[in-house]
Amino acid sequence: MWPNKFDYARAGSVDEALSLISDDGKFLAGGHSLLPVMKLRLDAPEQLVDIGRIPELSGISANGGLTIGATTTHDEIATSDAVQSMCSALASACGQVGDQGVRNFGTIGGNIAHADPASDPPTVLVACGATINIQGADGARSVSAQDFFVDLFETDLEDGELITGLSLPNCSDCQCAYVKFPHPASRYAIVGVAVCLKMDGGTCAQADVAVGGATVKAVKCAGAEAALAGTSLDDAALDAAAEAVKADIAEWLAGDIAYPEAYRQQMAGVFLKRAVAEATG
Amino acid sequence: MSTRIFGSGIKRREDPRLITGEARYTDDIKLPGVLHMAVVRSPYAHANILGIDSAAAEAMDGVVAVFTGEDVDLAGIPTAWLIPDSDLKTPEHPALAKGKVRYVGDGVAIVLADDRYRAQDAADAVNVEYEELPAVIDPEEAAGEGAPLIHDDVEGNIAFKWAPFDKAASDAAFEAADVVVSERILQQRLLPTAMEPRAAMAQYNPATQELTLWCTSQNPHIHRFIISAVTGLNENKVRVIAPEVGGGFGSKIPCYPDEALVSWAAIKLGAPVKWTETRSENYLITIHGRDHVQHVEMAASNDGAIQGVRATVYAGMGGYLSTAAPGIPTILHGLLYVGPYTIDSVYCESIGVMTNGTPTDAYRGAGRPEATFLLERMIDKVADAIGMDPVEVRRKNLIPAFEDGYEVAAGLNYDSGDYSTAFEKALGMAGYDDFRAQQAAARAQGRYLGIGVTAYTEMCGLGPSQVAGAVGFQGGLWESATVRVTPTGKVQALIGASPHGQGSETTLAQIIADEIGFPVEDIEVVHGDTTETPMGWGTYGSRTTPVTGAALAHAARKLKEKARVLAAHLMEASVDDIEYADGSFSVKGSPDQAQSIQEVALMAHLAWNMPEGMDPGFEESQFYDPPNFVFPFGTHIAIVEVDAETGVIDLQRYIAVDDCGPQINPEIVAGQIHGGVVQGVAQALCEGVIYDDDGQLLTGTMQDYCMPKADMFPNFELGETVTPSPHHPVGVKGVGETGTIASTPTVYNAVLDALAPLGVKQIDMPLTSAKVWSAIQAGSANGGGN
Ligand SMILES: Cc1cc2nc3c(=O)[nH]c(=O)nc-3n(C[C@H](O)[C@H](O)[C@H](O)COP(=O)(O)OP(=O)(O)OC[C@H]3O[C@@H](n4cnc5c(N)ncnc54)[C@H](O)[C@@H]3O)c2cc1C
Repeated sequence: MWPNKFDYARAGSVDEALSLISDDGKFLAGGHSLLPVMKLRLDAPEQLVDIGRIPELSGISANGGLTIGATTTHDEIATSDAVQSMCSALASACGQVGDQGVRNFGTIGGNIAHADPASDPPTVLVACGATINIQGADGARSVSAQDFFVDLFETDLEDGELITGLSLPNCSDCQCAYVKFPHPASRYAIVGVAVCLKMDGGTCAQADVAVGGATVKAVKCAGAEAALAGTSLDDAALDAAAEAVKADIAEWLAGDIAYPEAYRQQMAGVFLKRAVAEATG
Repeated sequence: MSTRIFGSGIKRREDPRLITGEARYTDDIKLPGVLHMAVVRSPYAHANILGIDSAAAEAMDGVVAVFTGEDVDLAGIPTAWLIPDSDLKTPEHPALAKGKVRYVGDGVAIVLADDRYRAQDAADAVNVEYEELPAVIDPEEAAGEGAPLIHDDVEGNIAFKWAPFDKAASDAAFEAADVVVSERILQQRLLPTAMEPRAAMAQYNPATQELTLWCTSQNPHIHRFIISAVTGLNENKVRVIAPEVGGGFGSKIPCYPDEALVSWAAIKLGAPVKWTETRSENYLITIHGRDHVQHVEMAASNDGAIQGVRATVYAGMGGYLSTAAPGIPTILHGLLYVGPYTIDSVYCESIGVMTNGTPTDAYRGAGRPEATFLLERMIDKVADAIGMDPVEVRRKNLIPAFEDGYEVAAGLNYDSGDYSTAFEKALGMAGYDDFRAQQAAARAQGRYLGIGVTAYTEMCGLGPSQVAGAVGFQGGLWESATVRVTPTGKVQALIGASPHGQGSETTLAQIIADEIGFPVEDIEVVHGDTTETPMGWGTYGSRTTPVTGAALAHAARKLKEKARVLAAHLMEASVDDIEYADGSFSVKGSPDQAQSIQEVALMAHLAWNMPEGMDPGFEESQFYDPPNFVFPFGTHIAIVEVDAETGVIDLQRYIAVDDCGPQINPEIVAGQIHGGVVQGVAQALCEGVIYDDDGQLLTGTMQDYCMPKADMFPNFELGETVTPSPHHPVGVKGVGETGTIASTPTVYNAVLDALAPLGVKQIDMPLTSAKVWSAIQAGSANGGGN
């Protein structure tokens, strides 16, 4: 409720944001993850650089693939026709973030920078092969979503680096889905499963699968992907994929006192099947 | 014909100010020069305080003072329900810990600063050195061998043992029974979570030696005398104001250290002092509810007649005994063990145990939900044991209808009841017999539907003061009210009780309007200020409508009588010839000769022409001590489906038939039932405090502590029956807690009914999907239900 003292500055451009940020400073986007931890005094940055009104950081453009600015809100993504057609699972995930108020303020950049393991969008970004675009004092770089998420609340981002946005391949020829099992208290994911399936007639030519919520970070699930690929997604394949996904996430499991790791691991299998059903339904 | 205002679902008059944000809560009140208090709280559940270094904090900008337990010369915070014949120990509860802390959040020091942020910065800078001690949270464990001793003067951590019933008779009933079923039931700790956290602000005038305390109180008059007792100020020099209070559910009954500390600091420093709880503090330090470990048994015959119920209850009291805490798992619990059933033998041994948890006290239902749950749970177990339908078992044991008094084995004299009518009505609404067919069909497809049926009665409208005295309640339980009419015929009803969201400003006005004919818009209900209102014991225990409502009805009747005599005098008619209808007095036979209640009120104020011996003015007061409790009752039914793959429970239908006597305002009654049901269902399905082994609260935010959400619920299907209370002037009973009392076992039993084919017999609440799923795995591993 009563954060420690901090300085505040608003940046008008990416360059200005990068020049303003100090060693003990943090970027402020929608404030929906940062301010709560500051109010609880779990974090006490000495300076906030507000990036919420930098025009070049916001917006969605479609040209071959999708480019989404860091300060684009969950609501803008969830309701975007371009996102809906090129990566409907991302629209679905962003549409399931929090409530409408959170979606109106919370940004995709803030979400992934915060790297809450129970977040929704990262699972889709990892499944669908997104790239995170980053700028720092030393210039710009890009990193795959899979490499960006390192561990619990830990990313590849260096101090003082700014996420400018992310790029996604066009998956309009895939059948994709994001299915979430919400924690009844927080409504974050107990487990969230994203699937992106390339179908060739009745056969699954390629499967991309990622799991979040049950894990310390969004995890790409090669075993489950292999179990689905080349099959007609029949019951046997789904059972095998559900087993495989449990193994895929075994080393990354996370849980809490009410929903322990073992339960979440089981649920990853259940929700993988449900995600496939939704994607192909 | 006018429509009667009593019984009409007019809109809550308090809502416009609440909905538009115009209501003024304690924290909204700003005083110039106010100092903000922040409390340094123990991070340990049990520890010795080795030293406190506040030098750094004192040196910080804006800090006026830092005080520790050694500085504060307040009397201990008292416990005010002293259960007789229970060997009760009341360990000292200092406003700030002295030498030892006993739960996480126990206050260690206070910081007073000119700004809330600076106060918090300085509180963080106070350096306390602790020696951590082993902690104990589970009440049964705390009462056991080798548990850490929490208070030196509470041997074995046992604060009281209450067992008022005849043990030999109970043993005999159990020995004679065909079947005995048993279960260890956990009534988990709950967080009351009122929408407004607690707050307190005090101002002291040294010239007049008057202290004004604004605080979030359900009972400002009780707060006044406790604050007077702990500060040593004369009670007439203490004014307690409960401005708008945003819910309480019992958590704003007790007097807490914080209210005493702002008062003390305001006197000490000569400046107003304010403290507003954060939600995190609220979860740590405001009382928790429930926390029982119960060992329960029920005895029955093979044909389903229930012959006895008995329980040993370990009730967790937390680190200190809160204001009313000892009364909750005893008087408000054990006396309810027969419910609406003809059970001849009851026994309850309730053991109040000190633990290193947050102190517990009354939470919506307070003792009665814990009783209703065990009774209803055991009836389903009896049904299972003898192979009888659970509805049939209940039907067979319901007490037959009675209109004026029915003495039960637990010692209470129920006022009125017609349980079967409500029961059959609810079953009809649910389509019980059809449901059993649907359930069987669904099971054949691998879907798990279940139904739970609860018949309940409860005692509320607390209560006769004589009984309060006999059971050790350190106060009366009457109420008083004044109906004051201004010369222009507008009404102020001053009440000692202190509603805080229930809608009583509307329903109480409806009672007055109905009695004496002032339009309801012209009646203002004034409450929450010990200087403005007459004495009252507060709003809790579903007592404001039954007790304050009765006081107001009587006061209004006195006014009506005065008006009748004055009207007769003014119209030069005989009093016997005066007829009253809809706020107008007329002379029999000449209806055009009439005096409205407003005209009479004006004439009473002017007093130009009064009858012989009549005093001027138009105001009446009434003290009202109810002759008995009131006993609302009803039947609730839940239908659920369990997803066996995930353990997720879908509450599909909820049927509630409640009888609270004549309904003053059906919309408000429905609102109370909705809210009560939601809170009770939440206990069954999602709410529950979790501590770790060191006594750290793991459910310290709403991210972890699962509050119920609207989308968890279907539209409630409400029904009613109307059985007036024979002893109440307008026949009403309380309805503030019935939903909470009835709904927890209803939903719990529905889930266990759904899971029966999977071999699941018991799951501790709350029924999270993870626990349900694990229970299904374990049940299936044991070969399922059959
Ligand atoms: C009530 C509630 C419910 C929620 N429910 C969900 C849910 O169901 N699912 C879900 O996925 N999420 C949920 N969230 C989290 C929400 O998605 C995030 O809070 C939000 O997206 C964070 O974005 P922001 O713009 O508010 O970030 P901020 O709070 O402003 O910043 C968060 C962190 O990211 C850093 N940061 C922000 N932008 C950048 C950038 N461009 N470059 C580098 N660093 C940056 C900040 O410095 C800070 O450390 C919920 C949040 C709330 C408050």
